[in-house]
Amino acid sequence: MTLFFWIFAALIAGAGLMAVTRRNGVSAALWAAVVFIGIAGEFVLMRAYFLAVVEVLVYAGAIMVLFLFVIMLLNLREEDLQAMQGGPRLHVAGAFFAVAFLGALVWTCRRAGLFAEPLRAVKAGETSGVAGPLFERFVLPFEIASLLLLAAIVGAVLITKRRLR
Amino acid sequence: MTVGHMVTLAGVLFTVGMLGVLSRRNILIVLLSVELMLNAAALAFVAFANRWDNLDGQVMVFFAITVAAAEVAVGLAIVIALFRLRATVDTDRVDLLQR
Repeated sequence: MTLFFWIFAALIAGAGLMAVTRRNGVSAALWAAVVFIGIAGEFVLMRAYFLAVVEVLVYAGAIMVLFLFVIMLLNLREEDLQAMQGGPRLHVAGAFFAVAFLGALVWTCRRAGLFAEPLRAVKAGETSGVAGPLFERFVLPFEIASLLLLAAIVGAVLITKRRLR
Repeated sequence: MTVGHMVTLAGVLFTVGMLGVLSRRNILIVLLSVELMLNAAALAFVAFANRWDNLDGQVMVFFAITVAAAEVAVGLAIVIALFRLRATVDTDRVDLLQR
């Protein structure tokens, strides 16, 4: 278990760093897909089986394909990508906030004693396990989520339309 | 493998995403980094759902994934509309509201 945790952790961190540093959008999106597969692996280790499948289907499947479609649709030229390189000021500012945030997070985890709490769920997050609360206590948010998706579909079509009548 | 390890991993992924949002100028990569940050939050949610042996956290992640899908659809539509209008995806060149 612990070995797999470290394998997936290395996959997530490495592929994540690759994803945000690639100049080419297509390779960035493909590295992000690797991150999502690593996260699905961690979900399996935490017994969230349903979410692991949803992560692969929705994130690595649908969302990444949407990203790739748009990146290829825009078809940016190499000189555009070259011109968009951030300056050293941006990188220094980004690195500073990143280190500060991570340091604060690890310090807080240590103070809260989270490194002494093993992962030990008895309930498994299978489809039936997640569907129970989803269709009982969370049925109203569930219906609102469907409305949200409908609004997003209509909105996306309207925004990308060339001419409105 | 403890809750702290999982939350730290989520923090690392969140930091990587934050690095992308703060230091990249390609708006597509910025959107991608926001997705990474959302996933980091999902990881933390599932870790704490496991800690308390309660599936509500996993239901919350399910909703987060739904909202992320909607957000990506609208966000990419805005990127396409922007590209049509200005022929650029450079965040430094889309600064009308700063002037």
